[in-house]
Amino acid sequence: MSFPLLTATAALPALGAIATAAVPAARRTAAKWLALLVSLATLVLALVVLVRFDPGGDRYQLTESHAWIADFGVRYELGVDGIGVALIALTALLIPFVILAGWHDADPQETGSTRWRPTQGFFALILAVEAMVILSFEATDVFLFYIFFEAMLIPMYFLIGGFGDRAHAGTDENAAAQRSYAAVKFLLYNLVGGLIMLAAVIGLYVVAGNFSLQEIAEARANGTLDMATNTERWLFLGFFFAFAVKAPLWPLHTWLPNAMGEATAPVAVLITAVVDKVGTFAMLRFCLQLFPEASKWATPVILVLALISIVYGALLAVGQRDIKRLVAYASISHFGFIIMGIFAMTSQGQSGATLYMVNHGISTAALMLVAGFLISRRGSRLIADYGGVQKVAPVLAGTFLIGGLATLSLPGLAPFVSEFLVLVGTFTRYPVIGIIATFGIVLAALYTLVLYQRTMTGPVKPEVSAMPDLRVRELVVVAPLIALLIFLGVFPKPVTEIVNPAVEHTMSDVQKQDPKPEVEAAK
Amino acid sequence: MSAVAVHSLWTMAADPIEKIDAPKIEYGQLSPTLIVIGAAIIGVLVEAFVPRKSRYYAQVFLSVVALAAAFAAVIGLAAGGYGTTKAKIAAMGAIAVDGPALFLQGTILLAGLLAVFTFAERRLDPVAHGNRVDSFAAQAASVPGSDSEKAAVKAGFTTTEAYPLLLFAVGGMLIFPSANDLLTLFIALEVFSLPLYLLCAVARRKRIMSQEAAVKYFLLGAFASAFTLFGIALLYGYAGSVSYATIAQVVDGSIENVNPALADTMGNDALLLIGAAMVVMGLLFKVGAVPFHMWTPDVYQGAPTPVTGFMAAATKVAAFGALLRLLYVVLPGLRWDWRPVMWAVAIVTMLGGAIVAITQTDIKRLLAYSSIAHAGFILAGVIATTADGVSSVLFYLAAYSFVTIGAFAVVTLVRDAGGEATHLSKWAGLGRRSPLVAAVFAVFLLAFAGIPLTSGFAGKFAVFKAAAEGGAGALVVVGVISSAIAAFFYIRVIVLMFFSEPKPEGPTVAVPSPLTMTAIGVGVAVTLVLGVAPQYFLELAGQAGVFVR
Repeated sequence: MSFPLLTATAALPALGAIATAAVPAARRTAAKWLALLVSLATLVLALVVLVRFDPGGDRYQLTESHAWIADFGVRYELGVDGIGVALIALTALLIPFVILAGWHDADPQETGSTRWRPTQGFFALILAVEAMVILSFEATDVFLFYIFFEAMLIPMYFLIGGFGDRAHAGTDENAAAQRSYAAVKFLLYNLVGGLIMLAAVIGLYVVAGNFSLQEIAEARANGTLDMATNTERWLFLGFFFAFAVKAPLWPLHTWLPNAMGEATAPVAVLITAVVDKVGTFAMLRFCLQLFPEASKWATPVILVLALISIVYGALLAVGQRDIKRLVAYASISHFGFIIMGIFAMTSQGQSGATLYMVNHGISTAALMLVAGFLISRRGSRLIADYGGVQKVAPVLAGTFLIGGLATLSLPGLAPFVSEFLVLVGTFTRYPVIGIIATFGIVLAALYTLVLYQRTMTGPVKPEVSAMPDLRVRELVVVAPLIALLIFLGVFPKPVTEIVNPAVEHTMSDVQKQDPKPEVEAAK
Repeated sequence: MSAVAVHSLWTMAADPIEKIDAPKIEYGQLSPTLIVIGAAIIGVLVEAFVPRKSRYYAQVFLSVVALAAAFAAVIGLAAGGYGTTKAKIAAMGAIAVDGPALFLQGTILLAGLLAVFTFAERRLDPVAHGNRVDSFAAQAASVPGSDSEKAAVKAGFTTTEAYPLLLFAVGGMLIFPSANDLLTLFIALEVFSLPLYLLCAVARRKRIMSQEAAVKYFLLGAFASAFTLFGIALLYGYAGSVSYATIAQVVDGSIENVNPALADTMGNDALLLIGAAMVVMGLLFKVGAVPFHMWTPDVYQGAPTPVTGFMAAATKVAAFGALLRLLYVVLPGLRWDWRPVMWAVAIVTMLGGAIVAITQTDIKRLLAYSSIAHAGFILAGVIATTADGVSSVLFYLAAYSFVTIGAFAVVTLVRDAGGEATHLSKWAGLGRRSPLVAAVFAVFLLAFAGIPLTSGFAGKFAVFKAAAEGGAGALVVVGVISSAIAAFFYIRVIVLMFFSEPKPEGPTVAVPSPLTMTAIGVGVAVTLVLGVAPQYFLELAGQAGVFVR
């Protein structure tokens, strides 16, 4: 039996979480270093997965399969395709930066009780989320996926509710109330989504008799498993609803601005760059594979919802006064692009969407983390409280600008490639929707540049005049992300090579072919 | 005319006296019940003859040994195949020894054992006049606040009668799910109900509330018992027998050898429907299903918390066992009549319990309403009317009872000057002050909410799957919606514990003795094991899912 690489990639952060939580209260710094080392070791394992993965090989590789709960027809089945590999690498890459950026976020404010260990808890929860996210990218058993999809809500909930942003406009009590509201809203939205999916998961079992993604997809493809049209549609809706809450898609998005606004910047990155990707990933893997016909049936509605997300998210981002909420609405707009790419049902659209997931993760992480550094210096999240920062802290301003430019998909930075692919992929099949979606890009330029202008340029406000520039730790966080943005912007091939075969598989699942170019068709 | 002939004018020779067969009792197969009831009787003698100082130790020892021995007997019977191939009707048709009976008896015994541990806890209340005290009144007979009560407290009395009462209750609960005729069912019902009424009344703190709870429970319980008894009478009128098997035969028309005296009334559907409805009503009262749930919050709140935990766990197990047997063995022929009714009951129970729980401000009342919602989930499995339905209900009951006892045991730890601090506002910031206790309680709450990787999820999945396969897909949808509503208030408690600032004069967490720690520890361990690796126990429940008839 070969080494269970996929299990190890998830088990390492899980064990690391337990170990971090067990560090004694006084050894706070040791806990931080332990968490960082574990996350780096996980990154190494993820890179091994990346190297061992053969893009031209089988659809699911590095598979593991063990009996688990036979009575429910559940097996412990792991396997990765190109999309999964790319997202595991993204997750493992971002977590060390999240930990490093949140280095001081969970230091206890008062030295009172010795048993309350917020620091250990904070880093342990981050590692726990990492483990569950990685497992949900790896699971090829629907039930197994569902378990981690749901269970990751609990550590996320504690991260949002337990460790709020200290830069809050109101009083402490007010801040605690809003934070707790945001955490509960996050949990309830996602829990309702998850429970509705549970009904669909049970329904799927009643129809199919087991939970193995490969077996069901195969049976669907060769016609041995026939689903009544209505059954398939209901099941599809059950699954899609949960993923649309997670992703989030308009009109199920309202938890995201609250959660990202109240959480610390690293946790906000964790939400939008890592956890939410499970939603879009699951649409590709589960909705399209298990319910191809229903996916095609629902496409028009989903595309319209995605389009609304793009435009509406961008419009609201323009109107925000709070930096973190602005990034949150920008993310809603970007998730609209991702979902549009997935349901455009073209290979460019879907590779673009997958690439977009990776690039959005990196660019949002860069922008949000720098924003977090900025906010922690001034102690305010309001855009109006800043001005002229680029004169005082040029490096901070510069990195903020690059993060912002990546968010608006400037050519030469990574998100441009993916956004372009998504738009091209959508345009070939749905030209009108493609055209309207481009307004999202224009609005993106507006909200990022206005944000930069208001905070960084202009006369130096007295409160920011003594603002220190980025420290070494912060530079270590930001520099690699920016380097990666530029690298993938000019040379996206490493990612597309891994992703493309997986996308072709998905395209053949839904039995869609790319529309022929019109010029050629006219000949 | 001879003397003999004269005599024969007004007498006639009787048939020779028929030999009455001595009833055949399978002592071995009834041993779990016999051990527990025997120990309960010895416990009464202990109360009478053992000096007051040593009664506590004698009673606790006796109860633990009896319950452990009875559990060993259940394991022995199950290992001997009585749960599967050798399942049979024992005690002249009164008791069924089969898979569901043994599984539920094992669950009840373990729940009872953990309950004894929480009953015996004497470290939580402050020492009174040099005596360690438990949750029970010094002298149940003395009026609250009277001089005689003060004297009893000063003398260090304790209500050690609680242990034999617990054993009697467990004994009745062991018979209840295995009863195979309606009279045994009724006697078992009374045998376990009466001790519970008494146990509710003997709280050391807040005695008036405790007595009020007991009176409410007793009155409503007596009312429900009367319904059951009336239903039994009507069913007897319908079938001419109280035996489950005979009634089932009459229902599906396969009866032979009809007693001519009964032929006229036998098979009267009005008697059947009204009678069955009344018996089922009595059982639904015991499981706490809406609309027969009114007693639950008051009784759960007023009873001493260890008793509440025991009652919430074990009563539910026993009553669902009896309900399952009644619906699956006696009334399967009537399922087209009872299923729609049970559908409605399950839906209102799930939704009602979950929605009303949102407004609760007392942790014990909150758990009471949550137990109502759980009764609804279990009913969804009952409605499946498949073998999977039975085993999923068995599994759910086992999972649920450990979570419940553990959760109520945690409630006993959080105390202020007035005893247990059950008002939710007092739990604010508990996670800051005692992270471990709060984390343990959070595990129990997540299990109640059915979050994956806890036993609650495995159980919920099992019953919903059975219900969906049994054609009750709509119930599953209602089930997940009420789960979502229910999740809200479990989460609210977690928010309160972890995200609220502790109040300056908030409650303290008492350090319990190893007894309560064992109860809580076992609860957590079972919750996590059944959540992560439920396969063995699902298989066990699956094998146990067939009734003997």
